Amino acid sequence: MKLITAIIKPFKLDDVREALTEIGVTGVTVTEVKGFGRQKGHTELYRGAEYAVDFLPKVKMEIAVSDEILDQALSTIVNAADTGKIGDGKIFVTTLEEVIRIRTGETGSNAL
Amino acid sequence: MNIKLNIIKKTIPIQCLLGLLLLPGIANADELNQANTAWVLTSTVLVLFMTLPGLSLFYAGLVRSKNVLSVLMQCFAITCVVSIIWLAGVYSFIFADGGELQAFIGGTSKMFMLDLGTDSLTGDIPETVFFMFQMTFAIITPALIVGAFAERMKFSAMLCFSTLWLIFVYAPICHWVWGGGWLADLGVMDFAGGIVIHVNAGVAALVTALVIGKRKGFPEVAMPPHNMPMVVTGAGMLWVGWFGFNAGSALTSDGSAGMAMLVTHIGAAAGSLTWMFIEWVKFGKPSVLGIVTGMVAGLGTITPASGFVGPIGALAIGITAGIVCFYATQCIKRVLKIDDSLDVFPVHGIGGITGSLLTGVFAASSLGGLGLPEGVSIMDQVGVQAIAIMATIIWCAVISYVLLKIIDKTMGLRVSEDEEIAGLDIVLHEESGYHGL
Repeated sequence: MKLITAIIKPFKLDDVREALTEIGVTGVTVTEVKGFGRQKGHTELYRGAEYAVDFLPKVKMEIAVSDEILDQALSTIVNAADTGKIGDGKIFVTTLEEVIRIRTGETGSNAL
Repeated sequence: MNIKLNIIKKTIPIQCLLGLLLLPGIANADELNQANTAWVLTSTVLVLFMTLPGLSLFYAGLVRSKNVLSVLMQCFAITCVVSIIWLAGVYSFIFADGGELQAFIGGTSKMFMLDLGTDSLTGDIPETVFFMFQMTFAIITPALIVGAFAERMKFSAMLCFSTLWLIFVYAPICHWVWGGGWLADLGVMDFAGGIVIHVNAGVAALVTALVIGKRKGFPEVAMPPHNMPMVVTGAGMLWVGWFGFNAGSALTSDGSAGMAMLVTHIGAAAGSLTWMFIEWVKFGKPSVLGIVTGMVAGLGTITPASGFVGPIGALAIGITAGIVCFYATQCIKRVLKIDDSLDVFPVHGIGGITGSLLTGVFAASSLGGLGLPEGVSIMDQVGVQAIAIMATIIWCAVISYVLLKIIDKTMGLRVSEDEEIAGLDIVLHEESGYHGL
């Protein structure tokens, strides 16, 4: 099992969620986050005072998947979140040691 | 308000208020006028609405999220405190006959309004209504000053300062201009408070900002508004409420109130657009904060002129307000690096000064105004306006400085550095404006 952590542009969230649902992913956790990468920040101007905004708003999606659909899930996210412009985000994949469904106590891929 | 009564509404009896200033030939109309009463009742509501919640939201959105409640609290508490001391004596010090001292301060006969009945009249409206209407002006004036010391003043010090400032600064200056004092005798024209409210609050703001000092990190650290929709909501309420402020100051429901409403609206629109276009040209984008700040500048500037000028004068005053207040804001904050945190002096102070001077110009019938008093030239009137402005600046600056120093030496003006970093909401009020989970 793998945990996919995808940092994407906020307005791409709906597209990614729909695409993941279509390939059978049944659960996603979403967080509003801020950060910077190559896109860096931007400036804001209030009554002539310029402020550098270093951290841009992004959405972090956490998706636990079985090894079988990992590649399909990754390509789905890449396709759905891609705008071709700087700041589209990143995807991190980590190994997931255990998953437990709290209600039933099921473990492993049965709990996904 | 005596001047507007004398010049604009020669039919309003003012003897109960301004015995010294009766013009010959005024009808002794001590009968209640229900139309006027209804309009001033309405205006009273509108002007209170400017502070609660208009100005409160405007200011609250402009500060950082850790101080949002402190600003709302300051505006709310000022409303309550001013109301009580207004009843206790401030109304009396302004509008009761001061006898031999009438030129400088009113008397004590109306303290606690012991003789007030439902049939007491001020002009042709109930004195209860006049009392309430004037009170709402006294409430918003110290509330405006909050913008200068936001995010760092102790709540206790703020309460003391607002109370003492109302008694020792607002009361005498308001009496000089509207209570039949020496500036009224000189013939100053301040229809709805360009001098009494905006110059006064603006100067006090500047002095307070200088005495209390900069916020930690100013100007290097970014302190952008934490909630712009709240700012715009408050600004919209201010615009609407300002009709009560200016058109209500006619104290009548007739053409002069209508004209005051018209010029107020044109001043606001012209000020807003002017500020917006300056930013657009200078910085490349028309900003939301820019257009609403221009609105406040336009409204503050048209305020003293609102019962005296015509639509063309209002257009000129609104445009001038946008230009002058924009550059004043840049100068105070970016060049002089004074932390008048929410720009009270450059917007209200400079706007009030500009508008009060231009009142003397655009009141002239040759410039579309409603006319200067007979035998008074534009230069004469501008001279009187300048004297009134200077007197207000000097009195307000000196007394405000003394009051602030006394408070600083006794109870302290400012929270500690740690408390300032933590934010006034949690430190002073043990509450937070926003919660996560």
